[in-house]
Amino acid sequence: MKRTLIPAIIFAVIVVFLGVGLTLNPREVPSPLIGKPAPAFQLATLEAPEKSLGLRDMAGQAWVLNVFASWCAPCREEHPLLVDLAKKTSTPIFGLNYKDKQVDAERWLKQFGNPYRSVLVDRDGRAGIDYGVYGVPETFVIDKAGTVRYKKIGPLTPEVIEKKILPLLRELNG
Amino acid sequence: MAKWWIAVMLGLVCSVNASSREVPPAVADPAFEKRVTRLSEELRCLVCQNQTIADSNAELAVDLRNQVREQMRQGRSDDAIRHYMVERYGDFILYRPPVKASTALLWFGPLVLVVGGIGGLALYVRQRRRLALDDDTENTGFDDYDLPVAEPVPANHKEATRKP
Repeated sequence: MKRTLIPAIIFAVIVVFLGVGLTLNPREVPSPLIGKPAPAFQLATLEAPEKSLGLRDMAGQAWVLNVFASWCAPCREEHPLLVDLAKKTSTPIFGLNYKDKQVDAERWLKQFGNPYRSVLVDRDGRAGIDYGVYGVPETFVIDKAGTVRYKKIGPLTPEVIEKKILPLLRELNG
Repeated sequence: MAKWWIAVMLGLVCSVNASSREVPPAVADPAFEKRVTRLSEELRCLVCQNQTIADSNAELAVDLRNQVREQMRQGRSDDAIRHYMVERYGDFILYRPPVKASTALLWFGPLVLVVGGIGGLALYVRQRRRLALDDDTENTGFDDYDLPVAEPVPANHKEATRKP
């Protein structure tokens, strides 16, 4: 009896661990930014390169920051969801155009729609590094006080928008 | 032959492209470059995850390597640069994570496994030995069970060899 029971228990433990392991995504590194003040930046905007926006201009409102690039394939997949999100919420969505070319980014917005209040240009990726960006697209939710409340690495999905982002925005604006 | 040449030329073009993106060392200072490499080898490339930013040619790795070089040139210490990276990318970027509550399992897990394994083995061996001793004293019929049995000598064997 004992002889079969012990291997069976060990087997069950391994199965549980492997099962939990399957549900984890090793590419999703927990961001150290959650709950911390959003990193400062001062970046030119895509629509008016002579004007720049900084973190201070965002103060007093909750906002969404979406990191995208025209060369990024998953961004294309995600883009219609952002256009849709912009219609569903009054919270401004800002784009961070990451290591992209001006013309490419402009063409992208013309072709797929522009859900952004304004697009910040991060040509050399410096602001991206400050935000810990390593896989475009990434999306941040930042509250009125300028604290990062949520980060999604990789493309948004309808589920993430419905279950995480919209409830969080309602909470932040309420 | 033509195909071979195209491959060679493409290879050249690609390598030139890759290196042109990296900020070239301003001064030929081997000690400085060594320091850049040593710190880069401690930092994980988050795009490839199993490579250091010293090994990886992913764009982010190139950018981060440039950050390391630039900050060193500004006179920042290794620890300050490490802190800069951790602030942005978390402990995961360090190949040698700090010892703290959330990494305790990572640091001490293997030790616990080894100690547990040796302990388990010792218990098991002791138990086996006790069983074997019990078997001997109680004479349960298991002894000599696997000893080789001497083969009986054929009756006519001695006769045969004795014959002149």
